[in-house]
Amino acid sequence: MKNFMSTGIVKGILYQIVGSFIGAGLLGGIRALMGLSWKTEPAIVLGGLVGAIAFMVGVGAFKDWWKMAVGDDVTEASEVAGEQGFRRYFGFSLDHKVIGIQYGILSMVLLVLGGSLALIFRVELAQSGLQLLNFVQFNTLVGLHGMVLIASILMGIAAMSNYVVPLLIGAEDMAFPRLNAFSFWIAVPASIILMSSLFFGGFETGWTAYPPLSVRGPMGIQMFFLGVFFVGWSSILGALNLIVTILTMRTKGMGLFKMPIFAWSVLATSIISLTATQLIGLSFQLVMFERLLEMSFFTPSGGGNPILFQHLFWFYSHPAVYIFVLPGLGIISELLPVFVRKPLFGYKWVAMSSMGIALTGFLVWGHHMFTAGIEEYLRVPFMYSTLLVAVPTGVKFFSWVATIWQGKARFPVPMLFVLGGIIVFLLGGLTGPPGGTVSTDLHLHDTYYIVGHFHNTMFGGFIFPIFAAIYYWYPKITGRRMSETLGKVHFYLMTPSFFLMTFGQMRIGLLGMRRRIADYDPAMGFDFTQLLITIGGYLIAISILVFFYNLIVSAKKGEPATGNVWNSRSPEWDILPSPAPAHNYAGIHFNVVGEPYDYGLKGSKYVELAQNVGQRKENDE
Amino acid sequence: MKHFSIVSILVILLTVIVYVFLQAVGLLPTQASSQAVIIDQLFDIHIGIISFLFSLIVVFIGYSFIVFRRNKLLPDEEGQHITGSSKLEIVWTLVPLAVVIFISYLGAISLAETRKIDPQALEVKVTGGQWFWSFDYPDYGITSDVLNLPVDRQVKLSLTSVDVIHSFWVPEFRVKQDVLPGENLVKELRFTPIETGDFMVLCAELCGGAHAYMNSPVKVVTEGEFQDWVDEELGNFPQDPESLGERLAKNNGCFGCHSLDGKDGVGPTWRGLYGSEKTLVSGEKIMVDDEYLYEAIVNPNSQIVLGFPANVMAQNYGDLFTDEEIKNMIAFIKSLD
Repeated sequence: MKNFMSTGIVKGILYQIVGSFIGAGLLGGIRALMGLSWKTEPAIVLGGLVGAIAFMVGVGAFKDWWKMAVGDDVTEASEVAGEQGFRRYFGFSLDHKVIGIQYGILSMVLLVLGGSLALIFRVELAQSGLQLLNFVQFNTLVGLHGMVLIASILMGIAAMSNYVVPLLIGAEDMAFPRLNAFSFWIAVPASIILMSSLFFGGFETGWTAYPPLSVRGPMGIQMFFLGVFFVGWSSILGALNLIVTILTMRTKGMGLFKMPIFAWSVLATSIISLTATQLIGLSFQLVMFERLLEMSFFTPSGGGNPILFQHLFWFYSHPAVYIFVLPGLGIISELLPVFVRKPLFGYKWVAMSSMGIALTGFLVWGHHMFTAGIEEYLRVPFMYSTLLVAVPTGVKFFSWVATIWQGKARFPVPMLFVLGGIIVFLLGGLTGPPGGTVSTDLHLHDTYYIVGHFHNTMFGGFIFPIFAAIYYWYPKITGRRMSETLGKVHFYLMTPSFFLMTFGQMRIGLLGMRRRIADYDPAMGFDFTQLLITIGGYLIAISILVFFYNLIVSAKKGEPATGNVWNSRSPEWDILPSPAPAHNYAGIHFNVVGEPYDYGLKGSKYVELAQNVGQRKENDE
Repeated sequence: MKHFSIVSILVILLTVIVYVFLQAVGLLPTQASSQAVIIDQLFDIHIGIISFLFSLIVVFIGYSFIVFRRNKLLPDEEGQHITGSSKLEIVWTLVPLAVVIFISYLGAISLAETRKIDPQALEVKVTGGQWFWSFDYPDYGITSDVLNLPVDRQVKLSLTSVDVIHSFWVPEFRVKQDVLPGENLVKELRFTPIETGDFMVLCAELCGGAHAYMNSPVKVVTEGEFQDWVDEELGNFPQDPESLGERLAKNNGCFGCHSLDGKDGVGPTWRGLYGSEKTLVSGEKIMVDDEYLYEAIVNPNSQIVLGFPANVMAQNYGDLFTDEEIKNMIAFIKSLD
């Protein structure tokens, strides 16, 4: 029991609970001293804020920094032994691989939570009429489904980046291990606060939280804002860490254009996260102030402008789409050559296309506002810039096709998910342009067509690739392989179910089904398609249960993984044993002696142990 | 080269199949405005491009997997060592760039076409609120909860909201415009109905609560029928307080929240309300009389009935209605026993 209570996460949550009460009590106390009555809304906001900080204290995130501040000695991160065994994943650790797994666990927990919310409101939508939920419940579920899964995706890409990037570039750890741990742990209280909005009356606004609607209505919106605010910290600090790691900690001889391609996509993503996330935090913070302090930034009756919020919000939330998908597309580019046994076609172009998408991604936010009432001189330029994104994205697709062309493909489970990702993301990409040209978007905006479109981009750009990544690197993490059979069940159940769901969504959207409505007119004839969408959603959920079963059981009973499981040229497979040792390559020196993806070139290697290089020289002499 | 010829033929074949299929399933609702015709032409171009690009990628991948599959006798067979081609990369950067600029150009033309202004347009002022639509015809002095429009005449809507953001959308007309609160944020939307019939205006921007039900009928009729409707509205309707009150309530969307059938909605039902006893959120018990109703209309947050949310009803009815009008409305509520 004592052991359990001293686990980082348990301690953190206890501190958070106590901190929340202290924060709320503090506000109540100050108001009482001023002779004012109790007010719940500001109390829960201050409670949430203090609670999150208390969590970080409880988990131990400030301990070393405090020591540094008062001048005490602190152990170097590379010399901290850290806990061993399963317990280490639930406490404060500085090891990037442990943090990567922690991110992964949090991502999967949020995936289950966010997905379950959708399963509930999909029952409501399976037939017309209101059966299960009332309006506020429905709106809360829809909004939380969106934001919880956004958090899940952010955690998922952080999981992949944290675990894989240092291994790929030959680094011992991330550049700032303590900041890395902080970035992860702040996301835990953030997720708790985000979910707690359910218990404070929910919120009516959807994940976009447009004022003036978000200025009125239930106060659950404050917990939503606060949760997103802290998730944003996690994103910004994590991105900073990754950029520094990639730019400064590559092994000897690994120029930028010799990095594994995944590192490029993480670099591009991190640049967006580091510079855009502030805007969603800021826009939400302004609405919080509007509610708490009666400032009037966005309410016209007080001199504000609701369109200003939309600009601030989408300035992050559009580039955010590329934050979500670029790492996934990087996974596709990274794994494809391994499984078709051919070099990645046009490495430099693929690398630069990630940067191109990141840059153009900043210029297109206005296409979310074509019907919002922005001026004509804004709508037309935003249409041009929006469609420009197709160019670097096209480069990626054409390069993948050229990589596959004449390749000798193998189809183990990770490859299946890579291919699923390509096809689903293709559909997501192709259904985009009709929403990108203004006049067609006047019809499509805020319909189920858009819902279908972005579920394609999210599944193709994140869900399929992260499953590919998990099946691919699982042996590196656990030393055992996941079951191929169950993996195939997962894939062949999820993919057609997804198509059923998304084609249904786009079909009725084009015919007039609006987004975010709890009920629809039976006269429109959508009942049957809605039922199919719900069935598709549940089948996806079942396939993911199969995945979790596989994930958990294989850790103990999976076939042991020995050597280079996928016959990859990448250093983590070519050099390191499975599971990967603590501190990665500590004591092992390797040099980059070739190109990362020269499959099919006899006798070539990407990396070689330093002593081998020495030996070969001797042999040559 | 042989492979590329076969693949090209397959790509063309699949493109045609996908395009014909997508056209055949009927993707869009009927075209009931001249803007819909223009917009659907652009949709057509998009569907063509989607069919082609989908076929291009899928056929290349599928063909390669089948034709170049691994020899079963050589399980370790590797692919050819081809690392890239700058020529190809430049081609598939520049060609899409040109296509994209061209599509944007077509998009701009299409937008301009949909926004052509007819100076003779019928003017309608549209007001959206939680959760109703109200339509004012300033030329005739009519207010209605149904959007009546003559066919083949452009209509110019001036849209405004009394509370949060709503969005005006009739799927058959294709066009959509958000409706914003604020006097300086009145937005304009023009379209020309080309087909008579009954349609629905749907609120397309999440506006909380009963957003799903924020729909109002749109009737497109012939010029003659429209004139008849105008005459009827302007002519003989009863002038007693109850009827005037009912008209006022209907045209201001009160029935979106307050039903007349005895079932509580977002707000209390009006049937049997007058004279009943209600418990307020403060715990106080009150009798619904003229005085209470007046206060509840002008200052709705002051006396919320237990079980109903505050901050839902607009706070500005005191400014919007004259005292005479409020008295009429109370008379109407009184008549509902």
